Amino acid sequence: MDAAKPLNVTAALVAGLKAALVAAGLAFPILVWRAEPDYSNQLVLQNRWSWMAIAAIIAFAARFLSHVYEQRPKAEKAEKPARQWPPALQKFSAFAAPFAIAAMFVFPLVLLATLGPAGAQKWIDNYGIQILIYIMLGWGLNIVVGLAGLLDLGYVAFYAVGAYSYALLSTHFGLSFWICLPLAGILAAFWGVILGFPVLRLRGDYLAIVTLAFGEIIRLVLLNWTDMTNGDAGISSIPAVTFFGIPFKPGESGFAATFGLSPSPIYRTIFLFYLILALALLTNWVTMRLRRLPIGRAWEALREDEIACRSLGLDTTKVKLTAFALGAMFGGFAGSFFAVRQGFVSPSSFNFIESATILAIVVLGGRGSQIGTAIAAIAIVGVSELLRELDFLKQIFGEEFDPTQYRMLLVGIAMVVMMNWKPRGLVSTREPTLFLGKRRSFSGDLVQEGRG
Amino acid sequence: MRWRDAPLLNVEHLSMRFGGLTAVDDLSFSVGRGDITALIGPNGAGKTTVFNCITGFYKPSSGRLAFARHGALDAPAIERLTATGKRGAQDLFLLERMPDYEIARDARVARTFQNIRLFAGMSVLENLIVAQHNALMRASGWSLLGLIGAPTYRHKEREAIERAKYWLDKIALTERADDPAGELPYGDQRRLEIARAMCTEPALLCLDEPAAGLNPRESDDLNRLLRMLRDEHDTSILLIEHDMSVVMAISDHVVVLDYGVKISDGAPHEVRDDPRVIAAYLGVADEEELHEAEAEIGL
Repeated sequence: MDAAKPLNVTAALVAGLKAALVAAGLAFPILVWRAEPDYSNQLVLQNRWSWMAIAAIIAFAARFLSHVYEQRPKAEKAEKPARQWPPALQKFSAFAAPFAIAAMFVFPLVLLATLGPAGAQKWIDNYGIQILIYIMLGWGLNIVVGLAGLLDLGYVAFYAVGAYSYALLSTHFGLSFWICLPLAGILAAFWGVILGFPVLRLRGDYLAIVTLAFGEIIRLVLLNWTDMTNGDAGISSIPAVTFFGIPFKPGESGFAATFGLSPSPIYRTIFLFYLILALALLTNWVTMRLRRLPIGRAWEALREDEIACRSLGLDTTKVKLTAFALGAMFGGFAGSFFAVRQGFVSPSSFNFIESATILAIVVLGGRGSQIGTAIAAIAIVGVSELLRELDFLKQIFGEEFDPTQYRMLLVGIAMVVMMNWKPRGLVSTREPTLFLGKRRSFSGDLVQEGRG
Repeated sequence: MRWRDAPLLNVEHLSMRFGGLTAVDDLSFSVGRGDITALIGPNGAGKTTVFNCITGFYKPSSGRLAFARHGALDAPAIERLTATGKRGAQDLFLLERMPDYEIARDARVARTFQNIRLFAGMSVLENLIVAQHNALMRASGWSLLGLIGAPTYRHKEREAIERAKYWLDKIALTERADDPAGELPYGDQRRLEIARAMCTEPALLCLDEPAAGLNPRESDDLNRLLRMLRDEHDTSILLIEHDMSVVMAISDHVVVLDYGVKISDGAPHEVRDDPRVIAAYLGVADEEELHEAEAEIGL
């Protein structure tokens, strides 16, 4: 970096001005004119030129800065080989996964000790359980999207199948959660295969469209088949989870009384936390094992080149169907957990936006990476939950300001920034499943997707 | 004359039409067991189409492709099988009735591609292990035994790695076993694709322009490798090739196509002197020009 190029300010200014012009042009029809009813209830056109100016200034600043950033010397970057972590960090990373799991196990206990039952309730429920559900869904979808490379925009359908399976089986037949859980998984896997069959010949965008439609079909069936699902009103009074037969309720036979504890709803929350933690870890364990088995390698080979797979005698139909079925099964497990946690299911919980969030978690984390998916789930779900805590912002922006309204905007901005910075997600390296010599992982840039 | 006395593949009246275009027209030839058979012809002659029909990537418009994995191709047995409407019986297969992956899995016809199709983001070793998928899948009890780490599966996996190591040694890539296949130089990728096909234990190996883009030294290595496959592994080879020096050096039998029609069929020296082949290839009538052009392509 001896001959540092002088910064080309003019070019950056020009780029910024262009962006400002575009922003102004876009802002003019959207932000400037506003029709408001006056005191006699007649519409009056108001103009808000300052809004357009603000939009233009923001666009100018962002483009100017990004242009300056792009001008930084790049020669060094091109020569740099795949990044090697310093040895100390490598040692640490070997312990990172067990450490993270241990942290998850003590998380509710630490909260309980520090905040007491009433204070810990919210954190374990809104953060712990909520994030773990999305981690599990992310890991399930990772089998389909990350490993097998089949873009699925309707994953929430299997989540819905699992939730309604538990809701219907428990309310109609009185089956317990532990019987319904595997049944929900099997039913979801069955629907995964049903979806799999018609889309076997499709790839990429076409597959995405069909899976999107499938997700909507399931939701609309749940909404309109009122005899079966009670439609929009949903199914309530779903039997609550029990501690292997001991219900979580106040009174003689309840959990707290049985174990001689002071009555509190926190025990149920903690039990649910460990339940979803166990389910998520099961998903992870199965996926990690399968990746090292022939079926997992077939998924990854399928992601890279379907024609080559067939030339080697792989029945790609079966390979795809197993990916769909397994991904759907874990979605079904998560769904039945969702039903038992809420005690109420309705079609509005299974919107397209849920599918999009789960897919965003997988893509943001790095397709095929388990640890990346977990980090992305914590980031996306955790941050949007945290926005609820930012009440102090009301003192700055006024009483009407509601930070949660900006949740999707922030997630969107974060996605755009991330995809520019790391197009292949947070963890984009791939470690082979077998080695002759030394373990090494290589860049995901080599992975070809959707060829053939 | 093994292609007459002991064929393992009979192509009979094969036609392939794409809409109004007839790419292959009533083509018949045989591939001898233990032969290196070259399929040659000018650009657009239909060679790759024939390949795609044999390996099941295209479904032929008409014709029969009778294939025997081990034994002799027995004409009455083929007729009986044709009448039953089944895809195959024991050792005998009718390839035109089978989908591509079954041809690779059951009949054991492996292939490589003109534009190399490796799993670029997987390691060299993994590429060779994926090729042994079906055997490993059975050993892993459709993943259930593998999931609990059963010793029978571990044993099978070690065997698969041993086979991969054997082929890595043969193509001199042992050093790079753990590198991603996409990082290998072009010539190594070609050899790896052949090794990957060999890991499926094929009876017939179909190579689509294996020498394309290789330098003379790599080309010689390739010739040695192909002879080794034929002599030590009882693998019959069918290859498409443009480089006449390669064709003349290694093939036992040459079939020449032009505009989807067979114009010559025989031992290399017979085909080389066939005036129809010379005319098709060079497109010249004048004797003198012909000799010049022949010298250029090394005939």
